[in-house]
Amino acid sequence: MRVLMFGWEFPPHISGGLGTACYGMTRALAGLGVEVIFVLPHVGKGGDIDFLRLVPASGTPITREMQERMAWAGQEIWRSNIRFLTVDSPLMPYMTPESYREALRQVSSESLPGGERLSTTGDVFTWKLKGGYGPDLMTEVYRYGRLGGAIALREDFDVIHAHDWMTYPAGMLAKALTGKPLVVHIHATEYDRSGENINELVGGIERAGLLAADMVVAVSQLTRNMVIQRYGVPPEKVKVVYNAVERHEVARHYEIPPRIRHEKRVLFLGRITFQKGPEYFMEAARLVLEKIPNARFYMAGSGDMLPRLVRRAGYLRIGSRFHFAGFLRGEQVDRMFALSDLYVMPSVSEPFGITPLEAMLYDVPVLLSRQSGVSEVLEHALKADFWDTRDMADKICAVLRYPCLARELVKNCREEMKSIRWGNAADRLLQIYRNVTGEN
Amino acid sequence: MPALCLCYEVHEPYRLRHYTVFDLGQNSIYEDDDKNCDTLIYTARNCYLPMNDLLLKLFRRYGKDFKVCFSISGTALDQFEQYAPEVLESFQALGETGCVEFACETAPHSLSFLYSREEFTRQVESHAKRIKRLFGKKPVTYRNAELVYNNDMGIALGKLGYKAVMAEGADHVLGWRSPNYLYSPVGAPDVRLFLRNIPFSADLGRRFSDHNWDQWPLTADKFASWIHSVADADIINIFNDYHVFGLRNTRQSGIFAFMEALPGFVLANKDFRFTTPAEAVKKLPCVGEVDVPDFMSWDFEGRDLTAWLGNDMQKDAIHSLYAMTKRVHELGDQQITQDFERLQSSDHFHYMSTKWFTAFVPDRPNPFPGPYDAYITYMNVLSDLEMRVSAAEAEKQLDAGPKKQASGAKAKEAARKDAAAKARKGDAPEAGAKKAAQKAAPKKAASKAAAPKKAESSPSGKGGKKSAATGKGGKKN
Repeated sequence: MRVLMFGWEFPPHISGGLGTACYGMTRALAGLGVEVIFVLPHVGKGGDIDFLRLVPASGTPITREMQERMAWAGQEIWRSNIRFLTVDSPLMPYMTPESYREALRQVSSESLPGGERLSTTGDVFTWKLKGGYGPDLMTEVYRYGRLGGAIALREDFDVIHAHDWMTYPAGMLAKALTGKPLVVHIHATEYDRSGENINELVGGIERAGLLAADMVVAVSQLTRNMVIQRYGVPPEKVKVVYNAVERHEVARHYEIPPRIRHEKRVLFLGRITFQKGPEYFMEAARLVLEKIPNARFYMAGSGDMLPRLVRRAGYLRIGSRFHFAGFLRGEQVDRMFALSDLYVMPSVSEPFGITPLEAMLYDVPVLLSRQSGVSEVLEHALKADFWDTRDMADKICAVLRYPCLARELVKNCREEMKSIRWGNAADRLLQIYRNVTGEN
Repeated sequence: MPALCLCYEVHEPYRLRHYTVFDLGQNSIYEDDDKNCDTLIYTARNCYLPMNDLLLKLFRRYGKDFKVCFSISGTALDQFEQYAPEVLESFQALGETGCVEFACETAPHSLSFLYSREEFTRQVESHAKRIKRLFGKKPVTYRNAELVYNNDMGIALGKLGYKAVMAEGADHVLGWRSPNYLYSPVGAPDVRLFLRNIPFSADLGRRFSDHNWDQWPLTADKFASWIHSVADADIINIFNDYHVFGLRNTRQSGIFAFMEALPGFVLANKDFRFTTPAEAVKKLPCVGEVDVPDFMSWDFEGRDLTAWLGNDMQKDAIHSLYAMTKRVHELGDQQITQDFERLQSSDHFHYMSTKWFTAFVPDRPNPFPGPYDAYITYMNVLSDLEMRVSAAEAEKQLDAGPKKQASGAKAKEAARKDAAAKARKGDAPEAGAKKAAQKAAPKKAASKAAAPKKAESSPSGKGGKKSAATGKGGKKN
């Protein structure tokens, strides 16, 4: 089985859970003997990956002949399904009006990276892509789609697998060009990222990709329902494959500084945006501090809501007990987890959410919002509705007050983690590949 | 002439409401009144009332040939009185037919024997009194919550005057022996052990509604023929939760029709009859001793305590609970004592179970979303109870300290002292009598059955002492 996989992130160049998930998934797939050709917008230096072939879309030559074929195949996709406008737009996900204005200034000040014609014959041209989520994301997505199509014509494979909306145009084009079955993987929907006020362009691409796919893979039952309800995808076409976590030995043992050893620490780690529900965490913290005044709360991450929350912490007069740790990387994350007595994920809408699984690697008990996909797989975690801050606070207090509870949670979670492996996810994916190719 | 002994556990716990850390110290309303009421009324409508009606009909039809034994927990009685008095009346009506024996248990359906013998004795005695008051007969049969039993319990119950004790017919205890005979506990030769016949009990309790069972549907004549095929037996003990009628097996499963027809089919063979434990003790011989050094229960998987005390949360909760025993009783506050007792129901600990294969029992569902929520709520409630105990103790001390102050306080103090003295009078001599009786029992072989029983049954402390003394004298009734 050969899979042409379109992705937007891959370690070490990641900004969220998508890259981590792709890494774990492809590695497990490779273990099952699946050959993966992984197309990224841009492959940087570093990171020697031996279990798959990383192919940069950036700089792939597109010949005249390819262009013509794409024009025919792509007509349907580009013209009717997606109202795609090639304007210099700074639109990107996770944006608020303020950050949009900021980005707009950037766009107008610097010129967009244009198409670079490989003018060897005049017929062949290509684009350079930067990857990531820059202000010209839409252009990048469009170009990535074209370049992906070119790669699809060049390579030999059985199935196309596209991760999240950025790669759906590429997946659809590849399907139209080659006639190979398309599996689209949905790690997060536009509704998760933006609530009700979605970016119509992104939503349109998402819908087109989901409808064009032969099979849709959702990361949780929650996402599956969302896809069925919001986009009208036929339910029998949507399968759930849960994410997992890469088991790595915790490299170091971190000492808890003696001066805070007698206190208990509660951690929030994630983007500080609407989707992750940081304000509910702060509200719960306020309630907990009424009961347990020497508890400490850490909020790690960055995002558009950060300034507002800093102000709010001051307003509530809990600043001395509520700390903002900023955006953490690498070893800092490990240290933070190791320090914590409880990890809280109060997400408003979380398609899956891998961080609780990471917290559990450090034997940290977790409290999850019921509106998260990961709560479907974790039986032995505390759960609360994100809006019910009293319930959340009650559970935080319980973990801090009754040490027995934390021990029991950790013990049972450790047991549970043994069955949350990428190998299981890969088994299911392989089954789906076989289904769409009609192999079994 | 084998006898069939049917015994049903009737129990309803007081379910806790979602009691959070914010209620802690603010209010002490622990119970979910709505849920308890709704559940009880639902249960009454589907199980207690129709089944009691059916039993009444059967008693009229077969007279004394058909008999049943009930063990009703104190919390169930409380809830009957509180929410559905007609259920209690229907049990009393059954009692009046003379075909029913009421067994004793710990009032709150607790595991107190494991953690506090005093608490256990207190609960058994108060519940026995209540059974006598409600149903007119002092119970002589004992059945612990969840059929928890070991040697020590057999001995302790013998001292309390019980003649019959029910326990699980677990294979690991019986070995090659059959549960279909009467045994006695090691160390208590006067007590008879009634061991549950697991396959027959499970036929009704677990398999009756199972459409995948190869014997489904189970009819009364088929079941009677199985019982008749047991030739080598004195007594076949079928113990179940009363919920098997109408709840675990719904009306549609045909359980009521099954029970209506069963006595007829069983009695069709003249060698078979129905009995109650009290009657069996008198008529049937004891064939040997059964040694149960470790606790066993009727938990279907391990026949052990792991469903209630398997994980650290459960142990932490129960240890914290019983750590308060002494303080609660020294305080003697009625409301605190009642809350303390109701928190002992074994159900609370079952809700915290994380056992992988803990049987899901549809008629006794966990009111919490999971074991952790159950533990959190329970510990919050317990913390509040402890705060109340501490507060009450402090108040008591304050009252006891400056005696000669305001006249109002004096009067209050006097009244309390009076009450306390009364309580002490009532308690202490009784305990003394008990001790005397316990000492007397092993010495005087002739009177050892009579003495402790008399001591416990005596209404007041002083009388108790006297009657114990006469008991020592060797008077046998």
